[in-house]
Amino acid sequence: MEALLALLIGVLTACGIYLVLRARSFSVVLGLTFLSYAVNLFLFAMGRLVIARPPVIGAADAYADPLPQALVLTAIVIGFAMTAFVIMLALKSRAELGNDHVDGGGVP
Amino acid sequence: MSILLAILVPFIGAPFVAYVSRRSRAASAWTAAGVALLSLGILLPDLAAPFAGETTLQRLVWMPALGLDLVFRLDGLGLLFALMILGIGLLVILYAHYYLSQQDSLGRLYAYLLLFMGSMLGVVLSENLIQLLIFWELTSLSSFLLIGYWRTRHAARSGARMALAITGAGGLALLGGFILLGEITGSYELSVVLASGDIIRAHPLYLPALILILLGAFTKSAQFPFHFWLPNAMAAPTPVSAYLHSATMVKAGVFLLARLFPALSGTEAWTWLVGGTGIATLLVGAVFALFKHDLKGLLAYSTISHLGLITALFGIGTPLAAVAGVFHIINHAIFKAGLFMAAGIIDHETGTRDMRRINGLRHQLPHTALLATVAAAAMAGVPLFNGFLSKEMFFAEAMDASTRLNFGWLLPTAVTIAGIFAVAYSLRFIHDVFFNDAAPTDMPKTPHEPPRWMKVPVEILVVLCLLVGILPALTVEPILAAAAGAVLQAPLPEHNLAIWHGFSPALIMSLIALVGGVLLYSVRKPLFAFHDHIESKLNARAMFERVLALLYQLARAVTARLDTGSLQRQAWLFVAAALCLGTAGMWSSAAPLAGPRTLLPVDGVSLIAALALAAAAIGATILHRQRITALILAGAVGLVVSLIFVKFSAPDLALTQLSVEVVTVVLLLLALYFLPQQGPSEPGRSRHLRDASLAVTAGAGAAALAWAVLTRPYDSISGWFLANSLPGGGGKNVVNVILVDFRGFDTFGEITVLALAALGIFAMLEGLRLPAPLSDAAGRHWDSDMHPLIMATFARLLLPLAVLVSIFILLRGHNLPGGGFIAGLITAVALIMQYLANGAVWTHARLPAHTHPLIAAGLAIALATGLASWAFGHSFLASAFGHFALPLAGEIELASAMAFDLGVYLVVVGATLLILINLGLAHNASHAPLKHGGEC
Repeated sequence: MEALLALLIGVLTACGIYLVLRARSFSVVLGLTFLSYAVNLFLFAMGRLVIARPPVIGAADAYADPLPQALVLTAIVIGFAMTAFVIMLALKSRAELGNDHVDGGGVP
Repeated sequence: MSILLAILVPFIGAPFVAYVSRRSRAASAWTAAGVALLSLGILLPDLAAPFAGETTLQRLVWMPALGLDLVFRLDGLGLLFALMILGIGLLVILYAHYYLSQQDSLGRLYAYLLLFMGSMLGVVLSENLIQLLIFWELTSLSSFLLIGYWRTRHAARSGARMALAITGAGGLALLGGFILLGEITGSYELSVVLASGDIIRAHPLYLPALILILLGAFTKSAQFPFHFWLPNAMAAPTPVSAYLHSATMVKAGVFLLARLFPALSGTEAWTWLVGGTGIATLLVGAVFALFKHDLKGLLAYSTISHLGLITALFGIGTPLAAVAGVFHIINHAIFKAGLFMAAGIIDHETGTRDMRRINGLRHQLPHTALLATVAAAAMAGVPLFNGFLSKEMFFAEAMDASTRLNFGWLLPTAVTIAGIFAVAYSLRFIHDVFFNDAAPTDMPKTPHEPPRWMKVPVEILVVLCLLVGILPALTVEPILAAAAGAVLQAPLPEHNLAIWHGFSPALIMSLIALVGGVLLYSVRKPLFAFHDHIESKLNARAMFERVLALLYQLARAVTARLDTGSLQRQAWLFVAAALCLGTAGMWSSAAPLAGPRTLLPVDGVSLIAALALAAAAIGATILHRQRITALILAGAVGLVVSLIFVKFSAPDLALTQLSVEVVTVVLLLLALYFLPQQGPSEPGRSRHLRDASLAVTAGAGAAALAWAVLTRPYDSISGWFLANSLPGGGGKNVVNVILVDFRGFDTFGEITVLALAALGIFAMLEGLRLPAPLSDAAGRHWDSDMHPLIMATFARLLLPLAVLVSIFILLRGHNLPGGGFIAGLITAVALIMQYLANGAVWTHARLPAHTHPLIAAGLAIALATGLASWAFGHSFLASAFGHFALPLAGEIELASAMAFDLGVYLVVVGATLLILINLGLAHNASHAPLKHGGEC
């Protein structure tokens, strides 16, 4: 199972980076979203994989590590704020420059 | 905390003085003087202790866990400097009132002067070295303002910049030196550092620490070869020069030598570095001073020379030499401040400072001539004036040290030569200006004696020169003993402040200097010609400017190379650089990739989900130009990610991921409406190949790293959280307790970021006119049936249910999966659904137009919860909880953290809605007939 998750993190990272390196703003935003998934899963993996032991006192005899979970929870919400900010930036840039190239130039 | 207060008073007074000066110049002078007097008055009760050899320490505990306290120290040395800073500061304030013309802002000068005064007081009264350094840097900054006071003049600006560059660089070195000193002794407090001289000197880091500290001291005190900033700082108004270059700024460097004398001195390295630099500076300054035709230039180089003398005394390193060093600090401050003020009077009255144009001034300014002559005689070291005493001590120490050195005779020779030049330039200052009647004059103004009160400061200083010079034991002895005792941190050596010591070698050196100086001055004409010839080739300022220009050029070239203004280029360079670092880290590690942890078996459902995720992610990447398809695939990825959280015991994360996914997809769909639905193909096969290989390598690296972590056992601090969640935080859901209690301050920061992002987006969308397309990518017009009836009806029915669920999630969050973040997102989704199903216009009429108040209320509640625990004497955001019985609902538990969670909930709802609604409204506006737009 660990290998599977490691592979998924790898796939998400690769897809994210390829898309971030593209020239159009929407692809970059999509890439950032993928990178966020990868990073969140990676951080979550710092607590190792545990099945059926949620960190709720009394729910099980042993618990998954709650700390990475707390960190990732806020990371997901902040990640949403970042995605929103970047996509608005992309819209603004398209409205003002007339195209959606990340360098503000190129073919409209 | 009287010392802290005395330091703060000038800082507080500075803006006040500047404000008062708008009304009246006299009032601002009085206020500035009042501030300095107040500071002196606050120190007054503490002044007696240092004379008895006691050190007053005052401590303000700040961060005890880190050993960071504000600590102040008043001992003899600090007392001497504080008195010089405040006393001469008062005289300068009085003098400046008459010196500055009506056009110049007196308030600004006084404000800068007070800032500088406070910074200097901080330097000399600090016990903690880091704290001392902060004030040290403040003196650099405030002196920059003072030197550049006439900001319209090029010379002032470049002089100020040069002083800041040199002393600022020295400050950086000093920081390094202090940190090393702190590492060696284990403390940044002077009491400890001064008592561990033996440990410091024996430590292998002694030499680097010494060199770094000396760099700081030497740049500040304008020691050769860093001396050249001081003559260029003469572009400052003369009162500033009188203050900075007699008693304060340049004395900070020698103050540091004196302060750290017990900790650092007494080694060969100290003697050679400090003594050698001092002697070199003494000679260079003395020789150049004679050849300056500018009055202030002469004084600047003579200051450099005298600072060299003081440095050399500390370098010699005997207790008696240190006493002489402290004594010369006092004497130099007195006569040099007087001389600068006299030079200012001459400049003020004649309109020029060029000694070739001013001659025979004693006829017009007899009184000033007398004052200047006394001060210059002190500078030359003529008997009966204060400079003579310390200079003779210096000569005696040089003779004494020469017996202990190889080529020892060089030392008295160099010192005597410097003495000869000192006499010659002092003679020039008097003769060339006030006498020399035969030479022609060319003064822009007809000079008169200056206003009465402008001469008072000079008179006070000149009287002090005489008093100290004639009656040293009655006047200066007590404070000298107090200061020198603080420098040595040991009983004072036998010293005798008398004018007559019999026919000692030192007296003979003094006589040689006097006679030689007169002779040298009499043959000055051919020497001047020679100097003028070579001066053009030896211009330190031009060299400095060239080095600076070169540095700027280099910086520009490097920046231009790296930053071409292309995000795409920056992005791949960044990824490539990160890959290189990561690969290097992986290669250099000898450990095996996989660890010994027992792994979980793979089950079929997980495998299928993983395959689905991989397929969706890769599909979205390949099809990224079909943007809607790619977005739907990305949504699928997000769903599988939340399933992963479900599988691996993270219900809170799963709920959060799920609701964020919904919001994100809706947001991106809305945004996509304004963007081309189909991306153009990108040219360059090699670029795709490069990016693909970068991406695959990075993916492999991330996978390897994750694998390495996942297969290793580990120790976590989570045990503490799990154990304390219920007894300490009153909640069973540990993740939520961490968020709202243990790490509540982090969460508070995070919701603030969320609020800022939302407001930023709001600001960006304000007034933005987005070109909306009339049809989709395939050329089909948008469907006019915007709000299907069934969906609209169900959405309205669902709203109260969804809100109920979200409140339930919020309330149970402390004990079961849920909480403010998740509940906020669910509420936001429910409300957004109304917009989707019923249209923005319908919904907008029924919901508040702006959600800003919601965000503000959320932040305020979160903050108030945190502050409330302060009011109960707990730390910020500490949680309190209790069990209460409610009718019908039974016993429930309430924790103050739930109020905090309510704040989180409100911020999340407000921010999410603010973002989506505003984009949705822009969307709605775009349905209006378009003036321009159309799709490319």
